[in-house]
Amino acid sequence: MAITEKLSQEFELGFTYTRSTGPVVGRFLTGLRDSRVLGIRGSDGRVLVPPPEYDPATAAALSDWVEVGQEGTVVSWCWVSEPRASHPLQQPFAWVMVRLDGADVPMIHCLQASSAEAVSTGGRVRVAWVAEPRGHITDIRCFVPVPGGAS
Amino acid sequence: MSAARPDVTGIEAPVYLHYHFTAGTAPARFLARLREGLLSGQRCPRCGNVYIPARGSCPACGVPTTEEVLLPDRGTVQSFTIVHIPIPGNPIEPPYVVANIVLDGANISFIHLLSDCVNEAVRIGQRVQAVWRPPEEWDYAMDNIRHFRPLDEPDVPVERIGTLPVSGPGVPR
Repeated sequence: MAITEKLSQEFELGFTYTRSTGPVVGRFLTGLRDSRVLGIRGSDGRVLVPPPEYDPATAAALSDWVEVGQEGTVVSWCWVSEPRASHPLQQPFAWVMVRLDGADVPMIHCLQASSAEAVSTGGRVRVAWVAEPRGHITDIRCFVPVPGGAS
Repeated sequence: MSAARPDVTGIEAPVYLHYHFTAGTAPARFLARLREGLLSGQRCPRCGNVYIPARGSCPACGVPTTEEVLLPDRGTVQSFTIVHIPIPGNPIEPPYVVANIVLDGANISFIHLLSDCVNEAVRIGQRVQAVWRPPEEWDYAMDNIRHFRPLDEPDVPVERIGTLPVSGPGVPR
């Protein structure tokens, strides 16, 4: 029997996970929902954002919460010239490691910028919130450059 | 702060995988036969096992399979599960039975729905037959078979499941 037709089909496999967040990540996400960024102080005095549940050095449970700033400094970055469908921004953007003011470690997020030339290590950026935060890391829609910020 | 709203205790974190599936030679033949209302498997030239749906090679011997074997739409329940939990996107209302079914003449099972049955009475070794959709609805798809339903035949002993000839279990002694 000859098969003349090429049999081809798109399909989607979905894993519709829900995750319980626990006391620390839950409080961090609650903070985002309220347009605040919360970190936690580790045993060495460093403020960690996003907050871990346990101290990286001593493994002790952490609970010393610290609200940090919504502006920060780019520590490193990578330009994405062709965003994919699952990326947070659909125009070219940068993945950035941002150390928020008051924090001692950087966190990763996306930076909306006009071009790679507009991004630099040491550049100042700030949080741009979504219109309706719901308690998710994407409540931070992206970071945007601070006008006149040092670079 | 919006103290009125409860703290966040959970998030949705779905993962979606998007596939573009193209059937190879053996699956394409299986699907084309299915559109004609036929169940087509392949026999291994070395060990003689019959596979449906065939993949074009024998997983045990590692040799290509080309000989087509048409199989009847009757078979035996090799194992089953009663599904009680609704699955997002699945229109079937729980509780329902999903069974591994070995067609007569085949040596490997496939998964299909078992219906028109008393769920609690489904058992390993139970004889079943395909319930087909009307021919005008047939496509290159396994759901040309709406489901399997029980047959009023004696059960197949566990050790004989997957070893029956195409003619079926025959008259029990």
